[in-house]
Amino acid sequence: MEENKKLIKVPTMAEMAANGQEPEVLFWVGCAGSFDDRYKRVTRAFVQILEHVGVKYAVLGTEESCTGDPAKRAGNEFLFQMQALTNIEVLNGYNIKTIVTACPHCFNTIKNEYPDLGGNYEVIHHSTFLQQLINEGRVKIQGGGEFKGKRITYHDSCYLGRANDIYEAPRDVLAALDADLVEMKRSRANGLCCGAGGAQMFKEAEPGRKEVNIERTEEALATLGNGDGVIATACPFCMVMMNDGVKNKEQEQNVKVFDIAELIAQAEGLTK
Amino acid sequence: MIGVENIIFLIVAALGIGLFVWQIRKIRKNVLMGRDVELADNPSERINKTLLVAFGQQKMFKRMLPAVLHLFVYVGFIVINIEVLEILIDGIFGTHRVLGFVGPLYSGLMALNEILAALVIIACAIFLWRRNVTKVPRLAAGVEMRAWPKMDANIILVIEIVLMLALFVFNIADMKRVMLAGEEVVGAYPISQMFVNVFGDNPGQLYIIAKVGWWFHILGILAFMNYLPSSKHFHIIMAFPNVYYSKLVPKGKMTTNPAITHEIKAMLDPGYQPPAPEVDADGNPVMQRFGAKDVEDLTWKQLMDSYTCTECGRCTSVCPANITGKLLSPRKIVMDTRDRMEEKGEHPAIFAPNHYKEMGVERVETTDEKTLLRGYITPEELWACTSCNACVEACPVNIDQLSTIMDLRRYLVLEESAAPASLNAMFTNIENNGAPWAFPASDRFNWADELYLPSKN
Repeated sequence: MEENKKLIKVPTMAEMAANGQEPEVLFWVGCAGSFDDRYKRVTRAFVQILEHVGVKYAVLGTEESCTGDPAKRAGNEFLFQMQALTNIEVLNGYNIKTIVTACPHCFNTIKNEYPDLGGNYEVIHHSTFLQQLINEGRVKIQGGGEFKGKRITYHDSCYLGRANDIYEAPRDVLAALDADLVEMKRSRANGLCCGAGGAQMFKEAEPGRKEVNIERTEEALATLGNGDGVIATACPFCMVMMNDGVKNKEQEQNVKVFDIAELIAQAEGLTK
Repeated sequence: MIGVENIIFLIVAALGIGLFVWQIRKIRKNVLMGRDVELADNPSERINKTLLVAFGQQKMFKRMLPAVLHLFVYVGFIVINIEVLEILIDGIFGTHRVLGFVGPLYSGLMALNEILAALVIIACAIFLWRRNVTKVPRLAAGVEMRAWPKMDANIILVIEIVLMLALFVFNIADMKRVMLAGEEVVGAYPISQMFVNVFGDNPGQLYIIAKVGWWFHILGILAFMNYLPSSKHFHIIMAFPNVYYSKLVPKGKMTTNPAITHEIKAMLDPGYQPPAPEVDADGNPVMQRFGAKDVEDLTWKQLMDSYTCTECGRCTSVCPANITGKLLSPRKIVMDTRDRMEEKGEHPAIFAPNHYKEMGVERVETTDEKTLLRGYITPEELWACTSCNACVEACPVNIDQLSTIMDLRRYLVLEESAAPASLNAMFTNIENNGAPWAFPASDRFNWADELYLPSKN
């Protein structure tokens, strides 16, 4: 029996502009969301939510390029500005006003660092965007969905949290799942980094006693009571680091790492 | 009433204050070695922040016990200064408890003073205990906690205890002497009251003990004041301007170098006219390094940061790199900046800092280069940073450790092309594919293939 499902045709800015249309929001997918196999699932879940609630959105598709964040944090200001100025030209060319992204690094860079270079947009992280959809009743998750009562701990992304003071939006989104939310000892402003920021994602760690993601995963596992549970993230790098940590601890059967968009899409029955 | 003693006091006080001003000028000169940066915007927001974070000690309260103890010392310092003012006036004009005329208010103030002085002694004793007996890790460990920073901390605590004891000696002996003379005691002294008989009842002896206590207290304060510029204790002054000038934009925003923007714009558009480069007094263009190699490449605010640091180690204790055993310690970055600044510029009257090499700290492989980078801070430390802002968040006086780390990294990459090989590979990927990984740009939209939504019917 063929399931009832509809193929999603993700609209690009080029098509929209050709038809003389403007989207409500541009979904900035980011490099991890475009290329990383695990994070592509987050991108797809987020698009399913956008389609489900009927937001008029578009993506840049192959016109998108790295924001320059990893280059800048690694000290390569020149390459960062090359990327930024090129991206700003594309974004301004399409007269983009509002951008939503599932990557805190893209979010931080476009929101805080593009204005100095002539790129001024309203930039929203997908945690805030989802929070708004839930508040407006556009995403309902009746009865809490499949995560009801499940133990979930949220790992703060540095670039969302300390860098931009967004601590409550992802937690509000998770609250809609009616799950058993537990906090790690180091959370919110005191959250411990996953170890990937500042371009660490792209290099080996310096000599030390331990990897940062192991330290953080141990804390998350202890918080989940060393039983079944979910580590919720809102950042592609955090997701990689926590996934690797869970594998290193051989807990992948019991503990899953999900992005908040995936949790919402699943609970809303969009991923079937 | 003004006698020889008063004249001696006046000379000593003038010398003490003069020496302090002279040292402050040196520090000012050091800080002004830094690059200029405009940080005078939004005064009202800055004042609010200063009231909350500096005066209100807001960020101290992330850790309760030290916050409460520190509050005793902080409030004690401020309130006891009112008595110090009186001591100065008494000393110069030969008066006795000149502020006594305000009556009950004076009694209340003196009583509060005594209670605070006792709390200061208790707090300082607990601080000494934490540093030397229980050895709280953030205070006792770390390569930057060499002999001098540890001794400095102990000197401060011992001096504070001794100053408070001298105050009690004066109060006790003075009170007893006044009582024996049948005069009315001006002010209320609840703590000294308890010990009123410890110095016996010989009026002549009491007079001398009170004098010694009085002189010891005021000379101690003048000496301590002149010790500050050599010490981490300088934070009692610098905390206020440092918080005032701290970052108002989100912590995630890093600085943009406009010189690079002009260069790129000129590259992309041959018709672009960059503004004329800045020229020095001789008309030669000012060569500015990309990033920071030495202290003069940092901004005056980053240099001010290092004079504000009280080496509490809260930054280092929350640093993910440091927690997991990497060499990076944000506190060391700040302390190194101060040491290098004083090596290159002026150093205050008392101590010149010693170098890691002299201390036999082997893990920090510095070179003989006379620069902040490599001479003090090694690339290994800089590359361990995750830019997570935990250090910046933790600092009670709003030091921006991360900005200095990033500026040093920028120099390594932009001027020396000295990034780790894997980061160079990442740069190449971004240049060629528009992504930090080696995937073709044409595959960027493949994620959208075969994506479905369940139908509602």
